[in-house]
Amino acid sequence: MAKLYSKKTVAVPKMLPKKETIDFLLNYSKALKIVKTENGTYECIAN
Amino acid sequence: MANVAIPDAALVRDYMDGDEKSLSILIKRHQSKIYGFIYSKVTDRDIADDIFQDTFIKVIKTLKSNSYNEEGKFLPWVMRISHNLIVDHFRRNKKMPMYRETEEFSIFSIMTDNSPNVENRIITEQVESDLQRIIEQLPDDQREVLQMRIYQDLSFKEIADLTGVSINTALGRMRYALMNLRKVIEKNKIILTN
Repeated sequence: MAKLYSKKTVAVPKMLPKKETIDFLLNYSKALKIVKTENGTYECIAN
Repeated sequence: MANVAIPDAALVRDYMDGDEKSLSILIKRHQSKIYGFIYSKVTDRDIADDIFQDTFIKVIKTLKSNSYNEEGKFLPWVMRISHNLIVDHFRRNKKMPMYRETEEFSIFSIMTDNSPNVENRIITEQVESDLQRIIEQLPDDQREVLQMRIYQDLSFKEIADLTGVSINTALGRMRYALMNLRKVIEKNKIILTN
């Protein structure tokens, strides 16, 4: 049987983004409205 | 777990229909894989966070504008976006590398600021002021030639024409002006160096 040469994968601890990043994304999504018109696409961020 | 039962395609459809909770489920489901992928390339937590954020901003904008064609490949699509942003990041950094200060390395060891500091500027102003006072002590014709040559950067031909003398006379006056300046500086032990 042919030898299998493969890189040994180094065990990396499970990495997660910061909670603030996730919160920002969720809030951004809630605030963002995209409106498509004949003239183009507009992004509105509600405060 | 109820979330696992809902496939990505359904969550994407629900999100595009206005259900914000679906986005939260999608992010939580895939964040580890996507963030881990980004971090493995950039090896910096802050940069990885930025790229992760930019990735999902693009995802959100595409889904909200109904520009996404759901073909059951949500995760590969998001990974592709993050991959492209990683490439952009490295391209940008190649043009303008960022150096972080550490205990071993300070960017100021290779960056120098050659602009004169306040002390040097004061000394320069003092030297120029002293020189001006000494020049004022010269005879009029010598002072005139010296000022035209040094401060107005005129050629000796131009000086000769303006003062109505020959070039040799202008040259002679300049020579005497410099000799007299040296005498005054030596006599009064004036230091005119920075």
